[in-house]
Amino acid sequence: MDEFLTIFFDFLPAESIRFVLPFMKIIILLVALILGAAFLIFFERKVIAFMHQRIGPNRVGPKGWFQPFADVIKLFIKEVIVPSNADRFLFLTAPLLSLIPALAAWAVIPLNETFIIADIDAGILYLLALTSFSVYGVILAGWASNSKYAFLGAMRSAAQMVAYEIAMGFALVGVLMAGGSLNLGDIVAAQSGGILHWFWIPLFPLFFVYFISGIAETNRHPFDVAEGESEIVAGFHVEYSGAPFAIFFLAEYVNMLLIATLTSIMFLGGWESFFAGSNYLMNTSLEFLMEPSILWLAVKVSFFLFTFFWLRASFPRYRYDQIMKLGWKVLIPITIIWIGVEGVMFLANVGPWKVA
Amino acid sequence: MKILYIIKTLTLIDLLKGLKVTLKNFFKPKITVQYPEVKTPISNRFRGKLALMKYENGEERCIACKLCSAVCPANAISMDSEESEDGTRRTTRFDIDAFKCVYCGFCEEACPVDAIVETDIFEYHMTENHQRLQTKEMLLQLGDEYGEKIVRKKAKDHLYK
Repeated sequence: MDEFLTIFFDFLPAESIRFVLPFMKIIILLVALILGAAFLIFFERKVIAFMHQRIGPNRVGPKGWFQPFADVIKLFIKEVIVPSNADRFLFLTAPLLSLIPALAAWAVIPLNETFIIADIDAGILYLLALTSFSVYGVILAGWASNSKYAFLGAMRSAAQMVAYEIAMGFALVGVLMAGGSLNLGDIVAAQSGGILHWFWIPLFPLFFVYFISGIAETNRHPFDVAEGESEIVAGFHVEYSGAPFAIFFLAEYVNMLLIATLTSIMFLGGWESFFAGSNYLMNTSLEFLMEPSILWLAVKVSFFLFTFFWLRASFPRYRYDQIMKLGWKVLIPITIIWIGVEGVMFLANVGPWKVA
Repeated sequence: MKILYIIKTLTLIDLLKGLKVTLKNFFKPKITVQYPEVKTPISNRFRGKLALMKYENGEERCIACKLCSAVCPANAISMDSEESEDGTRRTTRFDIDAFKCVYCGFCEEACPVDAIVETDIFEYHMTENHQRLQTKEMLLQLGDEYGEKIVRKKAKDHLYK
Protein backbone atom coordinates (compact mmCIF):
# COMPACT_ATOMS: atom_id res chain seq x y z
CA MET A 1 0.00 0.00 0.00
CA ASP A 2 2.78 2.42 0.91
CA GLU A 3 4.57 1.79 -2.37
CA PHE A 4 1.35 2.29 -4.28
CA LEU A 5 0.67 5.64 -2.64
CA THR A 6 4.25 6.73 -3.03
CA ILE A 7 3.86 6.56 -6.83
CA PHE A 8 1.61 9.62 -6.70
CA PHE A 9 4.12 11.63 -4.69
CA ASP A 10 7.24 10.87 -6.67
CA PHE A 11 7.91 14.55 -7.12
CA LEU A 12 8.27 15.13 -3.38
CA PRO A 13 11.50 14.51 -1.50
CA ALA A 14 11.56 11.27 0.44
CA GLU A 15 11.42 13.17 3.69
CA SER A 16 8.05 14.78 2.83
CA ILE A 17 6.54 11.56 1.57
CA ARG A 18 6.90 10.18 5.05
CA PHE A 19 4.60 12.95 6.26
CA VAL A 20 2.19 12.89 3.36
CA LEU A 21 1.52 9.16 3.41
CA PRO A 22 -0.40 9.01 6.71
CA PHE A 23 -2.56 11.92 5.58
CA MET A 24 -3.37 10.16 2.35
CA LYS A 25 -4.29 7.03 4.27
CA ILE A 26 -6.47 9.02 6.64
CA ILE A 27 -8.32 10.61 3.73
CA ILE A 28 -8.83 7.27 2.01
CA LEU A 29 -10.13 5.71 5.20
CA LEU A 30 -12.38 8.65 6.06
CA VAL A 31 -14.01 8.71 2.64
CA ALA A 32 -14.43 4.96 2.73
CA LEU A 33 -15.95 5.07 6.20
CA ILE A 34 -18.38 7.86 5.48
CA LEU A 35 -19.50 6.30 2.21
CA GLY A 36 -19.62 2.94 3.96
CA ALA A 37 -21.82 4.31 6.72
CA ALA A 38 -24.13 5.94 4.19
CA PHE A 39 -24.57 2.76 2.22
CA LEU A 40 -24.84 0.79 5.43
CA ILE A 41 -28.07 2.65 6.13
CA PHE A 42 -29.33 1.65 2.71
CA PHE A 43 -28.18 -1.92 3.30
CA GLU A 44 -29.91 -1.98 6.68
CA ARG A 45 -33.19 -0.74 5.27
CA LYS A 46 -33.01 -3.29 2.48
CA VAL A 47 -32.17 -6.21 4.75
CA ILE A 48 -34.88 -5.38 7.24
CA ALA A 49 -37.37 -4.83 4.45
CA PHE A 50 -36.53 -8.20 2.92
CA MET A 51 -37.05 -9.89 6.25
CA HIS A 52 -40.47 -8.23 6.42
CA GLN A 53 -41.17 -9.45 2.88
CA ARG A 54 -41.04 -5.86 1.70
CA ILE A 55 -38.83 -4.36 -1.02
CA GLY A 56 -37.35 -1.43 0.84
CA PRO A 57 -36.17 1.83 -0.68
CA ASN A 58 -36.22 1.52 -4.48
CA ARG A 59 -37.24 4.93 -5.79
CA VAL A 60 -34.11 7.10 -5.74
CA GLY A 61 -31.80 6.19 -8.56
CA PRO A 62 -31.42 2.72 -10.05
CA LYS A 63 -32.93 0.20 -7.62
CA GLY A 64 -32.77 2.84 -4.89
CA TRP A 65 -28.98 3.01 -4.84
CA PHE A 66 -28.95 6.81 -4.46
CA GLN A 67 -31.15 6.67 -1.36
CA PRO A 68 -28.22 7.33 1.04
CA PHE A 69 -27.36 10.54 -0.82
CA ALA A 70 -30.97 11.66 -0.67
CA ASP A 71 -31.01 10.97 3.07
CA VAL A 72 -27.77 12.85 3.65
CA ILE A 73 -28.80 15.84 1.56
CA LYS A 74 -32.14 15.99 3.34
CA LEU A 75 -30.51 15.91 6.76
CA PHE A 76 -27.93 18.56 5.91
CA ILE A 77 -30.36 21.10 4.50
CA LYS A 78 -32.67 20.78 7.49
CA GLU A 79 -32.71 23.46 10.14
CA VAL A 80 -30.62 22.83 13.26
CA ILE A 81 -32.88 23.52 16.21
CA VAL A 82 -31.27 24.13 19.60
CA PRO A 83 -33.77 23.86 22.45
CA SER A 84 -34.16 27.17 24.26
CA ASN A 85 -32.81 26.04 27.65
CA ALA A 86 -30.18 23.71 26.26
CA ASP A 87 -26.49 24.15 26.94
CA ARG A 88 -25.69 25.41 23.49
CA PHE A 89 -21.98 24.64 23.47
CA LEU A 90 -22.30 21.10 24.78
CA PHE A 91 -25.38 20.48 22.69
CA LEU A 92 -23.41 21.12 19.52
CA THR A 93 -20.20 19.48 20.78
CA ALA A 94 -21.82 16.21 21.81
CA PRO A 95 -22.29 14.83 18.28
CA LEU A 96 -18.62 15.48 17.58
CA LEU A 97 -17.66 13.77 20.82
CA SER A 98 -19.42 10.66 19.66
CA LEU A 99 -18.08 10.82 16.10
CA ILE A 100 -14.42 11.58 16.81
CA PRO A 101 -13.67 8.48 18.95
CA ALA A 102 -15.55 6.33 16.46
CA LEU A 103 -13.32 7.58 13.63
CA ALA A 104 -10.12 7.78 15.67
CA ALA A 105 -10.37 4.14 16.67
CA TRP A 106 -9.77 3.22 13.03
CA ALA A 107 -6.20 4.52 13.24
CA VAL A 108 -4.89 1.26 14.67
CA ILE A 109 -7.02 -1.12 12.63
CA PRO A 110 -5.10 -2.89 9.88
CA LEU A 111 -7.16 -3.60 6.78
CA ASN A 112 -4.51 -5.86 5.26
CA GLU A 113 -0.86 -6.54 5.93
CA THR A 114 0.23 -3.08 4.88
CA PHE A 115 -2.68 -0.67 5.21
CA ILE A 116 -2.60 0.74 8.71
CA ILE A 117 -2.37 4.36 9.77
CA ALA A 118 -0.63 3.91 13.11
CA ASP A 119 0.96 0.55 13.73
CA ILE A 120 1.25 0.87 17.50
CA ASP A 121 2.11 -1.96 19.85
CA ALA A 122 -0.77 -1.51 22.29
CA GLY A 123 -3.52 -1.37 19.65
CA ILE A 124 -6.12 -3.16 21.73
CA LEU A 125 -5.59 -0.84 24.69
CA TYR A 126 -6.02 2.16 22.43
CA LEU A 127 -9.23 0.64 21.06
CA LEU A 128 -10.60 -0.06 24.53
CA ALA A 129 -9.87 3.50 25.56
CA LEU A 130 -11.52 5.04 22.51
CA THR A 131 -14.59 2.82 22.41
CA SER A 132 -15.29 3.73 26.05
CA PHE A 133 -14.86 7.37 25.18
CA SER A 134 -17.84 7.35 22.82
CA VAL A 135 -20.21 7.19 25.79
CA TYR A 136 -19.38 10.83 26.55
CA GLY A 137 -21.07 11.95 23.37
CA VAL A 138 -24.26 10.18 24.38
CA ILE A 139 -24.24 11.39 27.97
CA LEU A 140 -23.49 14.98 27.06
CA ALA A 141 -26.12 14.94 24.33
CA GLY A 142 -28.69 13.72 26.81
CA TRP A 143 -27.68 16.20 29.46
CA ALA A 144 -27.28 19.24 27.22
CA SER A 145 -30.65 18.75 25.55
CA ASN A 146 -32.46 19.75 28.74
CA SER A 147 -35.10 17.14 28.08
CA LYS A 148 -36.30 14.37 30.37
CA TYR A 149 -36.40 11.79 27.64
CA ALA A 150 -32.95 12.61 26.38
CA PHE A 151 -31.59 12.49 29.91
CA LEU A 152 -33.21 9.12 30.60
CA GLY A 153 -31.72 7.80 27.38
CA ALA A 154 -28.29 9.10 28.33
CA MET A 155 -28.45 7.50 31.77
CA ARG A 156 -29.52 4.19 30.35
CA SER A 157 -26.81 4.30 27.75
CA ALA A 158 -24.15 5.17 30.33
CA ALA A 159 -25.03 2.26 32.62
CA GLN A 160 -25.29 -0.12 29.71
CA MET A 161 -21.96 0.87 28.20
CA VAL A 162 -20.18 0.54 31.54
CA ALA A 163 -21.64 -2.93 32.01
CA TYR A 164 -20.78 -4.22 28.57
CA GLU A 165 -17.40 -2.55 28.41
CA ILE A 166 -16.21 -5.01 31.04
CA ALA A 167 -17.42 -8.10 29.22
CA MET A 168 -15.87 -6.72 26.05
CA GLY A 169 -12.56 -6.06 27.80
CA PHE A 170 -12.47 -9.55 29.24
CA ALA A 171 -13.21 -11.05 25.84
CA LEU A 172 -10.26 -9.08 24.49
CA VAL A 173 -8.08 -10.42 27.29
CA GLY A 174 -8.81 -13.88 25.93
CA VAL A 175 -7.83 -12.73 22.45
CA LEU A 176 -4.56 -11.21 23.55
CA MET A 177 -3.72 -14.33 25.55
CA ALA A 178 -4.26 -16.39 22.43
CA GLY A 179 -2.56 -13.96 20.10
CA GLY A 180 0.27 -13.15 22.43
CA SER A 181 0.20 -9.50 21.41
CA LEU A 182 -1.74 -6.29 21.78
CA ASN A 183 -1.06 -5.38 18.18
CA LEU A 184 -3.91 -6.22 15.84
CA GLY A 185 -1.61 -7.12 12.96
CA ASP A 186 0.20 -9.63 15.16
CA ILE A 187 -3.12 -11.06 16.30
CA VAL A 188 -4.11 -11.72 12.70
CA ALA A 189 -0.68 -13.17 11.99
CA ALA A 190 -1.17 -15.54 14.92
CA GLN A 191 -4.33 -16.83 13.24
CA SER A 192 -2.70 -17.60 9.89
CA GLY A 193 -3.22 -20.99 8.33
CA GLY A 194 -6.84 -21.63 7.52
CA ILE A 195 -10.23 -21.54 9.09
CA LEU A 196 -9.31 -24.03 11.83
CA HIS A 197 -6.54 -21.78 13.10
CA TRP A 198 -8.76 -18.78 13.65
CA PHE A 199 -9.53 -17.90 17.22
CA TRP A 200 -13.25 -18.46 16.94
CA ILE A 201 -12.86 -22.17 17.67
CA PRO A 202 -10.76 -22.05 20.85
CA LEU A 203 -12.41 -18.81 21.96
CA PHE A 204 -15.95 -19.65 20.86
CA PRO A 205 -17.75 -18.27 23.97
CA LEU A 206 -15.62 -15.15 23.90
CA PHE A 207 -16.45 -14.67 20.24
CA PHE A 208 -20.16 -14.63 21.08
CA VAL A 209 -19.68 -12.50 24.17
CA TYR A 210 -17.61 -10.00 22.21
CA PHE A 211 -20.14 -9.65 19.43
CA ILE A 212 -23.08 -9.39 21.82
CA SER A 213 -21.36 -6.75 23.92
CA GLY A 214 -20.39 -5.03 20.69
CA ILE A 215 -24.06 -4.76 19.78
CA ALA A 216 -24.79 -3.42 23.24
CA GLU A 217 -21.87 -0.97 23.01
CA THR A 218 -23.16 0.51 19.78
CA ASN A 219 -26.66 0.79 21.27
CA ARG A 220 -28.12 -1.32 18.53
CA HIS A 221 -31.13 -3.60 18.64
CA PRO A 222 -32.00 -5.54 20.73
CA PHE A 223 -30.06 -3.46 23.27
CA ASP A 224 -31.13 -0.03 22.06
CA VAL A 225 -32.84 1.12 25.25
CA ALA A 226 -30.88 4.36 24.95
CA GLU A 227 -33.10 5.17 21.99
CA GLY A 228 -36.16 3.09 22.83
CA GLU A 229 -38.56 4.92 20.55
CA SER A 230 -41.59 3.29 22.13
CA GLU A 231 -40.61 4.36 25.64
CA ILE A 232 -38.51 7.49 25.54
CA VAL A 233 -39.19 8.72 22.00
CA ALA A 234 -35.65 8.65 20.61
CA GLY A 235 -33.58 8.77 23.77
CA PHE A 236 -30.48 10.88 23.77
CA HIS A 237 -30.97 12.37 20.31
CA VAL A 238 -34.61 13.30 20.67
CA GLU A 239 -33.83 17.03 20.48
CA TYR A 240 -31.40 16.79 17.58
CA SER A 241 -32.22 17.63 14.02
CA GLY A 242 -30.40 18.24 10.78
CA ALA A 243 -26.63 18.00 10.65
CA PRO A 244 -25.95 17.16 14.34
CA PHE A 245 -28.44 14.33 14.10
CA ALA A 246 -26.74 13.14 10.93
CA ILE A 247 -23.43 13.12 12.81
CA PHE A 248 -24.91 10.94 15.55
CA PHE A 249 -26.18 8.64 12.88
CA LEU A 250 -22.80 8.54 11.19
CA ALA A 251 -21.09 7.83 14.51
CA GLU A 252 -23.45 4.95 15.22
CA TYR A 253 -22.84 3.36 11.86
CA VAL A 254 -19.07 3.90 11.97
CA ASN A 255 -19.12 2.21 15.37
CA MET A 256 -21.01 -0.69 13.90
CA LEU A 257 -18.42 -0.99 11.14
CA LEU A 258 -15.74 -0.86 13.82
CA ILE A 259 -17.27 -3.63 15.91
CA ALA A 260 -17.81 -5.80 12.83
CA THR A 261 -14.22 -5.25 11.68
CA LEU A 262 -12.78 -5.92 15.12
CA THR A 263 -14.77 -9.12 15.48
CA SER A 264 -13.53 -10.27 12.08
CA ILE A 265 -9.94 -9.37 12.88
CA MET A 266 -9.82 -10.89 16.32
CA PHE A 267 -11.91 -14.00 15.88
CA LEU A 268 -12.19 -14.74 12.17
CA GLY A 269 -8.63 -14.15 11.09
CA GLY A 270 -9.06 -10.71 9.54
CA TRP A 271 -7.84 -10.75 5.95
CA GLU A 272 -6.90 -14.43 6.00
CA SER A 273 -8.60 -16.53 3.35
CA PHE A 274 -11.24 -19.10 4.16
CA PHE A 275 -9.39 -21.60 2.02
CA ALA A 276 -5.89 -20.97 3.28
CA GLY A 277 -4.19 -24.17 4.35
CA SER A 278 -6.55 -26.48 2.50
CA ASN A 279 -5.45 -28.38 -0.58
CA TYR A 280 -8.68 -28.36 -2.60
CA LEU A 281 -7.85 -25.26 -4.61
CA MET A 282 -4.16 -25.96 -5.11
CA ASN A 283 -3.06 -25.70 -8.73
CA THR A 284 -6.53 -24.78 -9.96
CA SER A 285 -7.67 -21.53 -11.52
CA LEU A 286 -9.23 -20.58 -8.18
CA GLU A 287 -5.90 -20.66 -6.41
CA PHE A 288 -6.02 -16.89 -5.97
CA LEU A 289 -8.83 -17.41 -3.46
CA MET A 290 -6.29 -18.77 -1.03
CA GLU A 291 -4.39 -15.49 -0.89
CA PRO A 292 -5.05 -13.26 2.10
CA SER A 293 -6.72 -10.08 0.87
CA ILE A 294 -8.77 -7.12 2.00
CA LEU A 295 -11.71 -8.69 0.19
CA TRP A 296 -11.82 -11.52 2.69
CA LEU A 297 -11.99 -8.95 5.44
CA ALA A 298 -14.83 -7.25 3.57
CA VAL A 299 -16.72 -10.53 3.31
CA LYS A 300 -16.40 -11.15 7.04
CA VAL A 301 -17.30 -7.59 7.95
CA SER A 302 -20.35 -7.75 5.69
CA PHE A 303 -21.45 -10.93 7.40
CA PHE A 304 -21.30 -9.31 10.81
CA LEU A 305 -23.09 -6.21 9.58
CA PHE A 306 -25.76 -8.44 8.13
CA THR A 307 -26.02 -10.12 11.51
CA PHE A 308 -26.52 -6.72 13.15
CA PHE A 309 -29.54 -6.11 10.93
CA TRP A 310 -30.69 -9.69 11.15
CA LEU A 311 -30.83 -9.44 14.93
CA ARG A 312 -32.62 -6.12 14.65
CA ALA A 313 -35.27 -7.65 12.41
CA SER A 314 -35.70 -10.69 14.66
CA PHE A 315 -35.73 -9.69 18.30
CA PRO A 316 -37.76 -7.38 20.46
CA ARG A 317 -35.96 -4.91 22.69
CA TYR A 318 -34.66 -6.23 26.00
CA ARG A 319 -36.18 -4.89 29.15
CA TYR A 320 -33.70 -2.71 30.97
CA ASP A 321 -33.15 -4.96 34.01
CA GLN A 322 -32.71 -7.91 31.65
CA ILE A 323 -29.94 -6.07 29.86
CA MET A 324 -28.16 -5.41 33.13
CA LYS A 325 -28.66 -9.01 34.22
CA LEU A 326 -27.30 -10.32 30.94
CA GLY A 327 -24.29 -8.05 31.11
CA TRP A 328 -23.27 -8.53 34.72
CA LYS A 329 -24.53 -11.99 35.57
CA VAL A 330 -24.09 -13.87 32.32
CA LEU A 331 -21.55 -12.38 29.96
CA ILE A 332 -18.93 -11.35 32.51
CA PRO A 333 -18.91 -14.75 34.33
CA ILE A 334 -18.68 -16.52 30.98
CA THR A 335 -15.65 -14.50 29.97
CA ILE A 336 -13.94 -15.00 33.33
CA ILE A 337 -14.56 -18.75 33.23
CA TRP A 338 -13.31 -19.00 29.69
CA ILE A 339 -10.17 -17.06 30.46
CA GLY A 340 -9.50 -19.66 33.15
CA VAL A 341 -10.22 -22.48 30.72
CA GLU A 342 -7.92 -20.84 28.21
CA GLY A 343 -5.16 -20.64 30.78
CA VAL A 344 -5.50 -24.35 31.44
CA MET A 345 -5.49 -25.05 27.70
CA PHE A 346 -2.38 -22.93 27.44
CA LEU A 347 -0.57 -24.87 30.17
CA ALA A 348 -1.69 -28.19 28.76
CA ASN A 349 -0.50 -27.06 25.33
CA VAL A 350 -3.92 -27.67 23.76
CA GLY A 351 -5.02 -25.33 21.03
CA PRO A 352 -3.84 -23.95 17.73
CA TRP A 353 -1.73 -21.09 19.07
CA LYS A 354 1.97 -21.32 19.62
CA VAL A 355 3.19 -21.10 23.19
CA ALA A 356 5.77 -18.37 23.30
CA MET B 1 -33.95 -28.54 35.95
CA LYS B 2 -32.08 -25.36 36.66
CA ILE B 3 -28.93 -26.71 35.06
CA LEU B 4 -30.86 -27.91 32.02
CA TYR B 5 -32.38 -24.46 31.71
CA ILE B 6 -28.97 -22.80 31.93
CA ILE B 7 -27.55 -25.10 29.27
CA LYS B 8 -30.54 -24.45 27.04
CA THR B 9 -30.21 -20.69 27.30
CA LEU B 10 -26.46 -20.75 26.81
CA THR B 11 -26.83 -22.60 23.52
CA LEU B 12 -29.02 -19.69 22.37
CA ILE B 13 -31.35 -22.26 20.83
CA ASP B 14 -34.45 -20.07 21.13
CA LEU B 15 -32.69 -17.11 19.57
CA LEU B 16 -31.47 -19.26 16.70
CA LYS B 17 -35.03 -20.43 16.07
CA GLY B 18 -36.12 -16.81 15.79
CA LEU B 19 -33.25 -15.99 13.49
CA LYS B 20 -34.20 -18.93 11.31
CA VAL B 21 -37.70 -17.53 10.83
CA THR B 22 -36.43 -14.13 9.73
CA LEU B 23 -33.81 -15.65 7.46
CA LYS B 24 -36.49 -17.77 5.80
CA ASN B 25 -38.52 -14.64 5.15
CA PHE B 26 -35.43 -12.93 3.75
CA PHE B 27 -35.48 -15.25 0.75
CA LYS B 28 -39.24 -15.36 0.24
CA PRO B 29 -40.74 -13.44 -2.69
CA LYS B 30 -41.67 -9.91 -1.74
CA ILE B 31 -45.33 -8.98 -1.59
CA THR B 32 -45.04 -5.22 -1.94
CA VAL B 33 -47.24 -3.67 -4.61
CA GLN B 34 -45.56 -0.73 -6.33
CA TYR B 35 -48.62 1.42 -5.75
CA PRO B 36 -48.89 4.23 -8.27
CA GLU B 37 -47.77 1.91 -11.10
CA VAL B 38 -49.50 -1.25 -9.91
CA LYS B 39 -52.85 -1.26 -8.17
CA THR B 40 -54.55 -3.89 -6.11
CA PRO B 41 -57.99 -5.12 -7.23
CA ILE B 42 -60.93 -3.22 -5.76
CA SER B 43 -63.99 -4.99 -4.37
CA ASN B 44 -67.38 -4.41 -5.99
CA ARG B 45 -68.55 -3.16 -2.62
CA PHE B 46 -65.74 -0.66 -2.26
CA ARG B 47 -66.99 2.58 -0.75
CA GLY B 48 -65.29 5.67 -2.12
CA LYS B 49 -66.22 9.20 -3.09
CA LEU B 50 -69.97 9.93 -3.14
CA ALA B 51 -71.95 10.74 -6.27
CA LEU B 52 -75.56 11.61 -7.21
CA MET B 53 -77.38 9.58 -9.86
CA LYS B 54 -80.01 10.50 -12.46
CA TYR B 55 -82.79 8.53 -14.16
CA GLU B 56 -82.29 7.42 -17.76
CA ASN B 57 -84.32 10.40 -18.95
CA GLY B 58 -81.94 12.79 -17.25
CA GLU B 59 -84.17 13.62 -14.32
CA GLU B 60 -82.54 13.84 -10.89
CA ARG B 61 -83.29 10.91 -8.63
CA CYS B 62 -82.91 12.85 -5.40
CA ILE B 63 -86.26 13.89 -3.86
CA ALA B 64 -84.75 15.81 -0.93
CA CYS B 65 -86.15 13.45 1.69
CA LYS B 66 -83.10 14.17 3.87
CA LEU B 67 -82.85 10.56 5.04
CA CYS B 68 -79.19 10.50 4.06
CA SER B 69 -78.32 13.58 6.06
CA ALA B 70 -80.34 12.20 8.98
CA VAL B 71 -78.53 8.87 8.99
CA CYS B 72 -75.09 10.32 8.35
CA PRO B 73 -73.02 9.64 11.48
CA ALA B 74 -70.57 12.39 10.64
CA ASN B 75 -73.06 15.09 9.61
CA ALA B 76 -71.29 15.40 6.30
CA ILE B 77 -74.40 15.97 4.16
CA SER B 78 -76.34 19.22 4.19
CA MET B 79 -79.10 20.26 1.78
CA ASP B 80 -81.85 22.79 1.08
CA SER B 81 -85.02 21.98 -0.89
CA GLU B 82 -87.83 23.78 -2.66
CA GLU B 83 -90.78 22.93 -4.83
CA SER B 84 -89.70 22.76 -8.43
CA GLU B 85 -91.62 23.89 -11.55
CA ASP B 86 -93.34 20.51 -12.01
CA GLY B 87 -94.54 20.50 -8.41
CA THR B 88 -92.10 17.93 -7.05
CA ARG B 89 -89.73 18.50 -4.18
CA ARG B 90 -86.14 18.99 -5.31
CA THR B 91 -82.88 20.01 -3.71
CA THR B 92 -81.53 23.48 -4.35
CA ARG B 93 -78.31 22.81 -2.48
CA PHE B 94 -76.66 19.46 -1.80
CA ASP B 95 -73.24 19.68 -0.17
CA ILE B 96 -71.01 16.88 1.06
CA ASP B 97 -68.10 17.81 3.25
CA ALA B 98 -65.27 15.50 2.15
CA PHE B 99 -63.42 16.10 5.41
CA LYS B 100 -66.36 14.88 7.47
CA CYS B 101 -67.43 11.94 5.34
CA VAL B 102 -66.27 8.62 6.82
CA TYR B 103 -67.35 6.52 3.81
CA CYS B 104 -69.65 4.35 5.92
CA GLY B 105 -72.21 3.96 3.13
CA PHE B 106 -75.26 4.52 5.38
CA CYS B 107 -76.55 7.28 3.08
CA GLU B 108 -76.52 4.87 0.18
CA GLU B 109 -78.50 2.31 2.19
CA ALA B 110 -80.94 4.91 3.49
CA CYS B 111 -81.74 6.44 0.10
CA PRO B 112 -85.23 5.34 -1.05
CA VAL B 113 -84.62 6.28 -4.69
CA ASP B 114 -80.98 5.14 -5.05
CA ALA B 115 -79.87 8.68 -5.72
CA ILE B 116 -76.77 8.89 -3.59
CA VAL B 117 -74.20 6.20 -4.38
CA GLU B 118 -70.58 5.53 -3.65
CA THR B 119 -68.01 5.25 -6.41
CA ASP B 120 -64.72 3.43 -6.09
CA ILE B 121 -62.67 6.62 -6.25
CA PHE B 122 -60.36 6.75 -3.30
CA GLU B 123 -57.42 8.73 -4.67
CA TYR B 124 -58.30 12.40 -4.73
CA HIS B 125 -57.02 15.48 -3.08
CA MET B 126 -57.59 19.20 -2.82
CA THR B 127 -55.18 22.05 -2.29
CA GLU B 128 -57.53 24.63 -0.74
CA ASN B 129 -59.71 24.21 2.32
CA HIS B 130 -62.93 25.37 0.64
CA GLN B 131 -62.60 22.67 -2.01
CA ARG B 132 -63.62 20.07 0.54
CA LEU B 133 -67.28 20.95 -0.12
CA GLN B 134 -68.61 18.89 -2.99
CA THR B 135 -71.58 20.68 -4.48
CA LYS B 136 -74.62 19.22 -6.16
CA GLU B 137 -73.20 19.95 -9.62
CA MET B 138 -69.99 18.14 -8.86
CA LEU B 139 -71.83 15.17 -7.43
CA LEU B 140 -74.20 14.94 -10.39
CA GLN B 141 -71.31 15.18 -12.82
CA LEU B 142 -69.51 12.40 -10.99
CA GLY B 143 -72.72 10.36 -11.19
CA ASP B 144 -72.86 10.93 -14.96
CA GLU B 145 -69.26 9.85 -15.39
CA TYR B 146 -69.33 6.81 -13.15
CA GLY B 147 -73.02 5.90 -13.32
CA GLU B 148 -72.65 2.98 -15.69
CA LYS B 149 -69.72 1.56 -13.79
CA ILE B 150 -71.60 1.79 -10.51
CA VAL B 151 -74.65 0.08 -11.96
CA ARG B 152 -72.47 -2.68 -13.38
CA LYS B 153 -70.73 -3.22 -10.06
CA LYS B 154 -73.99 -3.28 -8.16
CA ALA B 155 -75.43 -5.85 -10.57
CA LYS B 156 -72.41 -8.08 -9.91
CA ASP B 157 -72.74 -7.66 -6.19
CA HIS B 158 -76.49 -7.97 -5.61
CA LEU B 159 -76.37 -11.78 -5.47
CA TYR B 160 -74.33 -11.61 -2.29
CA LYS B 161 -76.48 -9.09 -0.46
